[in-house]
Amino acid sequence: MSAIAAYFAMGGYAGYVWPAYAVATIVIGGVSWQSRRRYRASAVLLDRAQRQAAARR
Amino acid sequence: MFNSLANPARFMRLSGAAVPWLGGAAALLLAIGLCLALFVAPPDYQQGESVRIMFVHVPSAWMASFVYLFVAVASAVALVWRHPLAAVAAAAAAPVGAAFTFVCLVTGSLWGKPMWGTWWVWDARLTSVLVLFFLYLGYIALVNGFESAERGERAGAVLALVGVVNLPIIKFSVDWWNTLHQPASVFRAGGPTIDPSMLAPLLVMSVAFTLIFGWLLVVRMRAALNERKARALQLYAAPSRRAAAESPPAGSALGDVA
Repeated sequence: MSAIAAYFAMGGYAGYVWPAYAVATIVIGGVSWQSRRRYRASAVLLDRAQRQAAARR
Repeated sequence: MFNSLANPARFMRLSGAAVPWLGGAAALLLAIGLCLALFVAPPDYQQGESVRIMFVHVPSAWMASFVYLFVAVASAVALVWRHPLAAVAAAAAAPVGAAFTFVCLVTGSLWGKPMWGTWWVWDARLTSVLVLFFLYLGYIALVNGFESAERGERAGAVLALVGVVNLPIIKFSVDWWNTLHQPASVFRAGGPTIDPSMLAPLLVMSVAFTLIFGWLLVVRMRAALNERKARALQLYAAPSRRAAAESPPAGSALGDVA
């Protein structure tokens, strides 16, 4: 077995170690993605509301 | 510091400058932590390579409790002093805390199967962390479940404060009851029993997770404040718009929309 294959085999625990890191990446990455998307949407929303308010004045 | 940040406009200005630094620092520490955890840290003499799960499991477990404490303290500040940003901070932090708790539960399960021979046991540590996860979900449901945001925040704050009793139960569950879960090996009387070669990556990952939380907290608070301000502007405009709709004068605000 090559060194790289041995590394990814994680001494026989590959089926536990990699899913653990995958779940952490997906969940924390997902919250980060959702948070940034919500911020960008909120900035667009505020910008629109401010321009409408300015147009009324 | 908290008083100077009480003004949402000032908070937006200061936090806007902090966001890229927080995000950058979090990414840097996470990269270093992952390198240490996956390449540098040695395999455990009993658990072999499966011990690498620890470097995501333990920091997310610490964050699960820490973020809950943050939500509870912010809720108390919101209830008692009516600090204008405290309720926003609590509501912004809770989903991040729930995510860390979920990661803690799943990675713990993935570690438990090879080491204990089971995905799950209903013992004190695991059950109290599951209760923490449901407390987060209940808080999030309450905060978003009311027509008036203020009533939702108030109800959520009460739940968050009642739920604080769960935190010492989580911490001391491994001492008070018989459990499969190992006792504390870092924050314990007499100092850490964990070897420095594993403690270092653990601490770097913990700092990285804390920075991720700080970054997400600020981003989510900024989003909530933007949404709140946009809603206030629209509410403020609503009566005049209704008047305009009833008898639209030439060149009204509605003119370019209609």
